Amino acid sequence: MPLLGYIRIMLYFSVPLGKLVRRVSRLRGGGSALPGLVVEKIDPGFMRRTLTTLPHGVAVVSGTNGKTTTTKMVVELLESQGLKVFTNRTGSNFTRGVAAALLGEVDWRGRLDADVAVLELDEAHAVHFVNSVPPRYCLLLNVLRDQLDRFGEIDKTAQLLQHIAAKTTGTVVLNREDPRVARIATTLTGQDVKYFGLDDSLLGTFPNDDDMRAAPGSPAPAGLPEKPAADVVLRKVGADTADFEYDGVTVTTGMKLRGVYNIFNAAAALTLARSICGGGAATADHDTLLAALAQVAPAFGRGESLTVDGQPLDLVLVKNPSGFRLGLKSFPAGGYATMIAINDNYADGRDMSWLWDVEFESLREGGVDQVTGSRAYDMALRLQYDEVRVGGVETEIAPALAAFIREAQGKPKRIFCTYTAMLAIRRELSKITTVEVVS
Amino acid sequence: MDPAQESKGTIRVVQLYPRDMNIYGDWGNALVLQQRIRWHGYTPELLEYNVGDPFPEDVDIIVGGGGQDSGQLVIQDDLQARAGALKDLAEDGAPMLVICGLYQLFGRFFKTRTGAVIPGIGVLDVETHGTDERLIGNVKVATPEFGEVLGYENHSGQTTLGNGVRPLGTVPKGTGNNSSDGHEGARYRNIVASYLHGSLLPKNPAIADFLIRTAAERKFGSFDPGQPNDRFADLAREHAARRPR
Ligand SMILES: [Zn+2]
Repeated sequence: MPLLGYIRIMLYFSVPLGKLVRRVSRLRGGGSALPGLVVEKIDPGFMRRTLTTLPHGVAVVSGTNGKTTTTKMVVELLESQGLKVFTNRTGSNFTRGVAAALLGEVDWRGRLDADVAVLELDEAHAVHFVNSVPPRYCLLLNVLRDQLDRFGEIDKTAQLLQHIAAKTTGTVVLNREDPRVARIATTLTGQDVKYFGLDDSLLGTFPNDDDMRAAPGSPAPAGLPEKPAADVVLRKVGADTADFEYDGVTVTTGMKLRGVYNIFNAAAALTLARSICGGGAATADHDTLLAALAQVAPAFGRGESLTVDGQPLDLVLVKNPSGFRLGLKSFPAGGYATMIAINDNYADGRDMSWLWDVEFESLREGGVDQVTGSRAYDMALRLQYDEVRVGGVETEIAPALAAFIREAQGKPKRIFCTYTAMLAIRRELSKITTVEVVS
Repeated sequence: MDPAQESKGTIRVVQLYPRDMNIYGDWGNALVLQQRIRWHGYTPELLEYNVGDPFPEDVDIIVGGGGQDSGQLVIQDDLQARAGALKDLAEDGAPMLVICGLYQLFGRFFKTRTGAVIPGIGVLDVETHGTDERLIGNVKVATPEFGEVLGYENHSGQTTLGNGVRPLGTVPKGTGNNSSDGHEGARYRNIVASYLHGSLLPKNPAIADFLIRTAAERKFGSFDPGQPNDRFADLAREHAARRPR
């Protein structure tokens, strides 16, 4: 490719060129990754140069569940401390997406006006990313059976996370309660390791995949010999509050986020934010940190509370068995009309096996009013075997949603949905009613 | 089953290694057997067998699933210690369903990519070779006994069948046992072995009912079927068959 070869010589022009491509592709309504691809091709050192020279460097957030909301929390926590944060907000959680987001932020000479970069990265993409841009911090959330159909095995995913930790130059923040993540500590030598943890009383609401079918009281899989001390521990979850323990004190704070798993990720975000702002002159101000945490709302498309016809409508994102089980536990069925929307597009995962690893007894009493999505009949079949009454089954989301809202008039509503089903539902909701986002 | 109606008898299902070999919804197969036994008017008894447990007596149906490499290592010694009992049951005509990881370990051996040989228990005349290629996606199998079988495969081991077994069926969509032979699964006596998860039994009630019928005939001399409602299963099959690979 002589043209690209020629352009490569003109490194100096890579940023202006990338920005230009970005403008043009925006005008054409194109994707966010193309301009990033252009810069990557002509100037591979662009990202490394720009990001690693930030005062606080790069923090990478990875793991199977909760990356988007956790990244959003970390960003808001750091901003509460007066830091300027660069993040990949467009949801392009792969290297080219980061490069594209970066192009939007840098000036024409390629300088980024930020103190720190906080980047959400998909496990597999993070591996490539950290090879070219070694992060100063990483936060590794969990390894769940979500992307099995993409990576083959959970243990493989754990290896990807381990690689991210190994490439990190400063602090590695690990989930103490996920044995596959906690175990990564034993492979590290130079890094500072910090944990976020969960009170024993909450462990039961947070089954990991190994416990899933294990008999009660059966030994936990080999992890660490003893639980290490955690920097931040989630002690208690109230209706709209949470208790966190750090520095030997337990503090209660208000919470807009719902669901134990989201709030556990708040402990993760707090640990990373404390690491980044920790020590020396920049020591974190905890009052402002907690005030910021109390205000964090779920990221777009990650579970939201809307108002439809004057009644609350909760969208609960479910994308793997642990997430679905937690969703059912965190959002009890009583008094709610329930719909389940299951798609099997690539972004949802093609393999439907996981529905059989979720127990639906908690929906038996009220039943499920509507089941929809490309795999609606798989879902209905699953419910049949758990003896849960099913109202309507309709693979098309629009008519199913309309029927659900019509028949559940005057009742609060809840929809458990996979990712692409959630996007479709939001689209439909904005057509048939005024959608008011509550949190 | 109408609770007032008397049970036609107890059928005991043993799930092999649910603690270590339960990936990809294998629990669904055990659940489907349990419920359909009930819907046919019998009483199900579901037992879990894990490493180190005493092996249950009077087994009527055995069901076993897939696991990760780490799970297979954990059960390896225990499975070898149970090889004799499982072989006797198989030769005696006990119905069994083994999926993915346990399908491989019910065979003669599994040779990993690095050349290490993990011995199987030799109930099935098959051998498996580890590869770098992962076979993933929706699968449709044409079978002489159970009609069209639908599921999802995810494996990197490729299995070759010996003369002692016959394939479960041929594969119009998907890969199946290996990337060259165009067939999927294995049949031997009353054993059904397959790479398909999904789980397999919910969308393929014909296989579930084969296992239950065989168990009932072995135990009681005959099978008196009930009438499970398979409307959702039929519709789920119809839709699954149309999903892309
Ligand atoms: Zn498998």
